[in-house]
Amino acid sequence: MASKQPENSLLGPEADSQRTLYPYVTGTSVVALKYKDGILMAADMGGSYGSTLRYKSVERMKPIGKHSLLGASGEISDFQEILHYLDELILYDNMWDDGNSLGPKEVHNYLTRVMYNRRNKFNPLWNSLVLGGVKNGQKYLGTVSMIGVNFEDNHVATGFGNHLARPILRQEWHENLSFEDGVRLLEKCMRVLLYRDRSAINKLQIAKITEEGMTISQPYSLKTYWEFSAFANPAQGAVGSW
Amino acid sequence: MDLNMDLNAPHSMGTTIIGVTYNGGVVLGADSRTSTGMYVANRASDKITQLTDNVYVCRSGSAADSQLVSDYVRYFLHQHTIQLGQPATVKVAANLIRLLSYSNKNMLETGLIVGGWDKYEGGKIYGIPLGGTLIEQPFAIGGSGSSYLYGFFDQAWKEGMTKDEAEQLVVKAVSLAIARDGASGGVVRTVVINSEGVTRNFYPGDKLQLWHEELEPQNSLLDILNSPSPEPMNI
Repeated sequence: MASKQPENSLLGPEADSQRTLYPYVTGTSVVALKYKDGILMAADMGGSYGSTLRYKSVERMKPIGKHSLLGASGEISDFQEILHYLDELILYDNMWDDGNSLGPKEVHNYLTRVMYNRRNKFNPLWNSLVLGGVKNGQKYLGTVSMIGVNFEDNHVATGFGNHLARPILRQEWHENLSFEDGVRLLEKCMRVLLYRDRSAINKLQIAKITEEGMTISQPYSLKTYWEFSAFANPAQGAVGSW
Repeated sequence: MDLNMDLNAPHSMGTTIIGVTYNGGVVLGADSRTSTGMYVANRASDKITQLTDNVYVCRSGSAADSQLVSDYVRYFLHQHTIQLGQPATVKVAANLIRLLSYSNKNMLETGLIVGGWDKYEGGKIYGIPLGGTLIEQPFAIGGSGSSYLYGFFDQAWKEGMTKDEAEQLVVKAVSLAIARDGASGGVVRTVVINSEGVTRNFYPGDKLQLWHEELEPQNSLLDILNSPSPEPMNI
């Protein structure tokens, strides 16, 4: 039971070498923005298995070292492996015992190299990553995709978030957002994703990272609005319409 | 029978497997059907396999893959126990399973549920689906039969059940899955693991509760025909 390809595949035998994989347990969008004191990041706690919303308590954001926060969408097992690589990276960094510690820019660069190199070997880590942090007063927010595309910006998102959340952020983000405004803006994005992304679930966490450190909220759910009269009576105009 | 499956859809796997924590340990459950295509190769298989004295694993998917992964992990855990000088923890067992599942994800097709009891964390259940994700859960379901149980567990699961409540829940769930999943069948086996030890239980198919559209089994039609006539209608 090694090969799972269709008859017309050009991929060749998969059993002998590691080649392109397919994701099994996946996380959906991550959305993040820079605000006055640092970075705010939001992700729901869902792990989908194809179209089944199988796992509903998956933490898709984790602290990295003292200064960074990593959020991931895509294959959860590959995210767990990335966390293991980063564990080692931070460990070796600490072992220098020189008072210096890896900041978000360095961690982002490391991740970019890992993702791009795996892509070149046709064995990608099937994730889109968001890396945010603050070091020495400098805020940093970047993203890396499974093919190694990487950039930094004032607000980033993965997956559906790119299509649904970024336009909202382009309109409403501004420099020096307060914590409350930042949270409300993220929640606005997450609510739209909840309405329109089939793999989103209504259980999310918001993480904050500042010079002082990282906190991640308890899991919570958002209220949703369904009371439009057109929703109650969609067929009013024409019977059979949707 | 269509053997070409859409690459992007997860594979459905023959079997129903369940692992549930309760206030003192865990209960593992499984059906007993092993199929090759449409034929039932073994109608009384044991899918709950021992890894150590205190840790067991429920196997689903490819029989060969799940057996080999269990065998390797049992071997590693045995050595680990000797080196450690005390029983291995459930977490270590689960991580070893994950290591093999993840590094061989291209070749393996097996979903596993690791359950056991150790003195540090008590009863724990870890799910390791296709791909090698490791996820600790208060209860886990797996295999093709599990599709029919998501709604059931959403409604029936409660935190802090007793041992008997947990076992009855598992037996009921496997039995419901068997009723609807062609790839699951046979008997229900359970394994209860707690501080006192391990207990294996066996629930034969004909002793399980009947569900919708299922009839009481008879020896023969002749018994029905020869039985005393049914009561007249009351108008």
